[in-house]
Amino acid sequence: MMMMSDMATPEEMAAMRTALGIDKPLPIQFGIYILQVATGDLGLSYRSQTPALGLVVQHLGATFQLALAALVLTLIIAVPLGVLAAIRKGTWVDNALSGFALIGQSIPVFWLGIMLILVVSVQFRLLPTSGSGSWRHIVLPAVTLAAAQIALVARIMRSSMLEVLRQDYMRTAKAKGLSETSVILRHGMRNAFAPVVTVLGLQVGTLLGGAIITETVFAWPGAGSLIVNSIGARDYPVVQAMILVSALVFVVANLIVDIIYVILDPRVSLN
Amino acid sequence: MASVFRQRPLFTLAFAVLLTLVACAVFAPWIAPGDVNAQNLLYRLKPPGWVDPKGVIHLAGTDQLGRDILGRLIHGSRLSLAVGILSVLVGGTFGLLLGLVSGFYGGRVDAFIMRFTDMQLAFPFMLLALALVTILGPSVQNVVLVLAATSWIQYAKVVRGDVLQLRGREFIEAARVLGIPDRRIILRHILPNVFSSFLVVASFQVAALIIAESSLSFLGLGVPAEIPTWGSMLADGRDYVRDAWWMSVFPGIAIMLAALSFNLLGDGLRDVMDPTLRTSRRTTSARRTTPFGMSRPGNRQPDGIAPARGHETNTPSPQPQR
Repeated sequence: MMMMSDMATPEEMAAMRTALGIDKPLPIQFGIYILQVATGDLGLSYRSQTPALGLVVQHLGATFQLALAALVLTLIIAVPLGVLAAIRKGTWVDNALSGFALIGQSIPVFWLGIMLILVVSVQFRLLPTSGSGSWRHIVLPAVTLAAAQIALVARIMRSSMLEVLRQDYMRTAKAKGLSETSVILRHGMRNAFAPVVTVLGLQVGTLLGGAIITETVFAWPGAGSLIVNSIGARDYPVVQAMILVSALVFVVANLIVDIIYVILDPRVSLN
Repeated sequence: MASVFRQRPLFTLAFAVLLTLVACAVFAPWIAPGDVNAQNLLYRLKPPGWVDPKGVIHLAGTDQLGRDILGRLIHGSRLSLAVGILSVLVGGTFGLLLGLVSGFYGGRVDAFIMRFTDMQLAFPFMLLALALVTILGPSVQNVVLVLAATSWIQYAKVVRGDVLQLRGREFIEAARVLGIPDRRIILRHILPNVFSSFLVVASFQVAALIIAESSLSFLGLGVPAEIPTWGSMLADGRDYVRDAWWMSVFPGIAIMLAALSFNLLGDGLRDVMDPTLRTSRRTTSARRTTPFGMSRPGNRQPDGIAPARGHETNTPSPQPQR
C-alpha cells in the first residue's frame, strides 16, 4: 500500500485493493494472472498505468539494438581470433588468447564500462559518457557488453577449429592444391562454426543479464534500465512482464539457433 | 604438494593472493580500525596518498563523504568473500545432492530434475537474481540464498554427467552385487569420484558469484547500504567518475583480483586433479611426463573393491555466468 498517501481512508485502501485484485486469495490471484497472460494481458504498470507488456516491448527495441551491436562486435573479433589461435596453436597468439579469456572472465562488466568511460570519455573525450541518440552513444556500451562474450566465443571457436583441422577432408582440401586461406575459410570455418552458434544461443540469457548492468552504467534507455527502475519502484507487473518476455526471447533465440544449424550443416535435419 | 606450487607459479600466486584477501577479511577490524562509515566532509574526494591534518595517509584516497577508501575496501572484502563462499556452499551442496540422485537413479527422477534445470536456464541468471532479491528484500542472508538458488544448476549438471559415466563401471556394479545399500554406494563410492569435478566447478563459481554479488550491490539491490561492499563502492564511483577516478578504480581492482584468483585456483585444481584433461596450452610433452607430487583423488575405493581402471573425471571448462 505504498502507492497510497498516508492520508488514505480505509475505504480508499479497500478500493485500491479491489482495483489491484489483491483482495482475493493467492491461488485465485494466480489463476486470474495465468488466464490474463494467456490472452496477452500482463496487467498495468503501477507507475504509468499503461500496459506492462507494451512498456517492455517499447524498451526492448533499444536493448536489441545494443545486443545486436555487441553480437556483431563479438563475431568480427572473436571468430578470427579463435581461428588464428587454432592455426598458431602454442604461439604467443594462442597464449595471449588464453590470458585474455581468463581476465575477461574475472572483470565485472560494470567495472569495465566505468573504466571505458574514464579513459575514452573523460580522459580523451572521444565518445559520450552515457545516453543514447547517435551511433557514438552505442560504441562504449556495445564494447562493454561484447567484452565478456568475445573471450568465451574465441575460446570455443579455437577448440572447435582445432577439432576440424584434424579432419580428413581438411587434408584432402590441402592435397588438392587449395591455398591455405581457402582451406581455412571455406572448409574449416564453416564446419567449426556450429558449436559457436550453440554457445551464442545459450549466451542470449547472459547477454540480456549483461544488458541490465550495462544499460544502468551507460543510462541506455532499454529494457535493462526499465527493470532496474521498476524493481526500485516496486512496479511488479512490469518486472513480471520483463521476466516472461526475456524467457520467451531466450527460447526463440535457441529456436533460431536450431534453424541456423540446418543452414550451416545440411546433414542436420530439424526432424 | 610443494611440487605443485613450484611447477605452477600462477596457481601459487593466486593462492597467495587469496590467503592475503582472507587474512584481510578476517583481521579487518585490526588492519583498518575505527568506523569505516564515519563521514568527514572536510576530507571528501581526496586523491590517493593524501595525508590528512592528523597525519594519517589515505593510500587509496577518500570518497564523496570523506571516508577512507582502503579501509572500506578491506572491510568490504569480508562481505564479498563471505557471500561468495557461503553461496557456493549452499548452492553447491544442493546441486551436488540433486546431481548425485539424478545421475544414480535416472528415469523419472532424472527427467524431472533435468527439466527443472532446463526451465531455470531459460531465465537469465541476473534477471532471476534481481527478481528474487526484489521479492525477498535486501539482506546478506537473502543475497546468499538468491545466489545459491540461481547457481545450483551448474553443479547438478556436472555431477550428474559424472555419475552417469560412473554408474556403469565395474566397481559400482560390484558394490551393487555385494548388496551394499544405495546410500552407501552413493556416499562412499560415487561421491569421492565426482568430488574433484565438483571442487573445480565450485572454485569457478566463487569467482562468478563474487562478481554477481558486486553486480547486485552495484544496482543497489544487494545487501543493506550501511555495509560497505565492493559493488556499492563502485556504484558511488560511477557518479564521481569525472572528478575522482580512484573511487571506481580501486574497488574494481579488488573484485577483479578476487575473481581472477579463484578462476586461477579452479584452473590449477583442474590440472592437478585431472592431468588427462589439462588445458591444451599447458599440455606440452615435457609436462605430460612429469608426475605431480600428489596422488589423484579420483580412485579411492573403500569397502575393499579394487578399482577397475583410472577414472577420468569429466571436468568442465569454466563458464562465465553473469
